[in-house]
Amino acid sequence: MEIVYTIWLRSMKRYLRSKSRIIGSIAMPLFLLLFLGFGLNSIVNMGSLGQNYSTFLMPGMVAMSVLFTSIFAGVQIIWDKQFGFLKETLVAPLSRLEIMLGQTAGGATTACIQGIILLVLAVLLGLNIVGPAGFVIAFAFMVVIGIAFTAFGIAIASRMEDMTGFQLLMNFLIFPLFGLSGAFFPISSLPGWLSSVTLFDPMTYGVEGIRYGLTGTSQINPVLCGVVIAGFAAAMAAIGAYLFRKVSV
Amino acid sequence: MTTAVQVRDLTKTFSTLTAVDRISFTIGQGEIFGLLGPNGAGKTTTLSMLATMLEPSSGSAEITGIDIQKDQDGVRKAIGIVFQDQSLDEELTAWENMDFHGRLYRIPKEIRGQRTEELLRLVELYDRRNDIVKTFSGGMRRRLEIARGLLHHPQVLFLDEPTIGLDPQTRNLLWEYIETLAKEKNITIILTTHYMEEADRLCDRIAIIDHGKIIALDTPARLKDSLGGDLVTIRSAEPARIGPALSAPWINRIENRGDDVIISLHHAEQHLSEIVTRLNGEKIPIDMISVHKPTLEDVFLSYTGKSIREEEPDAKAALRSQLKMMRH
Repeated sequence: MEIVYTIWLRSMKRYLRSKSRIIGSIAMPLFLLLFLGFGLNSIVNMGSLGQNYSTFLMPGMVAMSVLFTSIFAGVQIIWDKQFGFLKETLVAPLSRLEIMLGQTAGGATTACIQGIILLVLAVLLGLNIVGPAGFVIAFAFMVVIGIAFTAFGIAIASRMEDMTGFQLLMNFLIFPLFGLSGAFFPISSLPGWLSSVTLFDPMTYGVEGIRYGLTGTSQINPVLCGVVIAGFAAAMAAIGAYLFRKVSV
Repeated sequence: MTTAVQVRDLTKTFSTLTAVDRISFTIGQGEIFGLLGPNGAGKTTTLSMLATMLEPSSGSAEITGIDIQKDQDGVRKAIGIVFQDQSLDEELTAWENMDFHGRLYRIPKEIRGQRTEELLRLVELYDRRNDIVKTFSGGMRRRLEIARGLLHHPQVLFLDEPTIGLDPQTRNLLWEYIETLAKEKNITIILTTHYMEEADRLCDRIAIIDHGKIIALDTPARLKDSLGGDLVTIRSAEPARIGPALSAPWINRIENRGDDVIISLHHAEQHLSEIVTRLNGEKIPIDMISVHKPTLEDVFLSYTGKSIREEEPDAKAALRSQLKMMRH
């Protein structure tokens, strides 16, 4: 546990010192919320959901900041590899699992902080959330998404030598994962074939879970959301731990 | 003397390349042992195997009696390592880098703080302890890494090219630190280097390694003595005639190398005029003549027939520094 804490502590210190990264990864979802949310509010008719569009979009943007922050936190391992620091941890008398868990804990924590910053900004902009209980539910989903995608990032980083493939990955894996998740639009509004595709996207369950917590409504049963995203997180943690075990520098 | 490191027939092959080829040596407690050889000779590969970072293909090794394959964690606790490439966290302060290391090696809090302070003072970085490593010069980073490698009181310290890429002044300073360390802490140090002066100055014994094999192993003094005394180099248009003209009992060895002829003998100063007289008598032209004490460079040359190449930082290191610039 001490080792996990140590590695978590390092992530926190690095996070708090990188103001540009904090602001950078908040900016995108915040701008989307402002431009899309408020811009499309009066045009978009949410029909049966009975919400305005900016309220609908907010949980999606919270999920977005958690998703992107956690993937970057996992992929951080590539930087550690290239800057040599990974050697320092790998040659110490400790298990790979401890290192991996510490990195995951650190990534998930930073991701949740980013999500909450965005949430606070959204509330300051005048969007309402349901209440403390709902916030706790949404927070729980943020934690699980954070764990899942930090582990996902670690799994990818374990197999990549440098950052050259990362752009490809962003465009063909991470963005579709996010785009299909129903963060921007209700999944029921998609044509039938596409809406069934979204059900294979683990992020759909994460976004819907956060939406249930923050706005009180979701299109997928929140319990199902919790089960699926938790299962996905467990699977990612296992894959991440397995692949990280084989990393050599 | 107790044995600190025992290596038997250690071998590492990468598909078709044999990077380390059945090397064996023994290092005593408190000794500074050097692996000297050109880049790519297999020094770092040897070190990586001893530090449990790389699985040997065959052979075995023990560090302080612990087998490197059977008890990896045991070995890791017993060793400290300073890698060839930097391995500090640049976004943390000097103190935090030390503290992180102490925690990873499970050193209790009070001892950790006390030792960190002591070591940072030793490498003269205590005043800069709260500065971010990014602001440190190359020499300061090296010193910090050495201090960090000592934090958990290892019995054996590995230094992989400790002064590569540093300016001569900083290099001298680092050598002084390493000498002080070896004296004060009585730890065993294994260092790899392709700098002759470094090996000569620091090491008690040196293994000259080339193409994965140890080709000579002895103290620097004896390695140099093995060449047979001082070296007189004569450059001439007719080098082939010099050898026969100079046969005398006080000459140990004559070696032709292109236009140069290298003569090994003791007390070269006393015989120099005789050499010149004899060559003049035979009407052999002398373009240049010089006398020098043998260096490890000469030893390397005589064992391998080539000089150690000083190479530019490799492509990987270049990429790394590029990335660093991009990131900042």
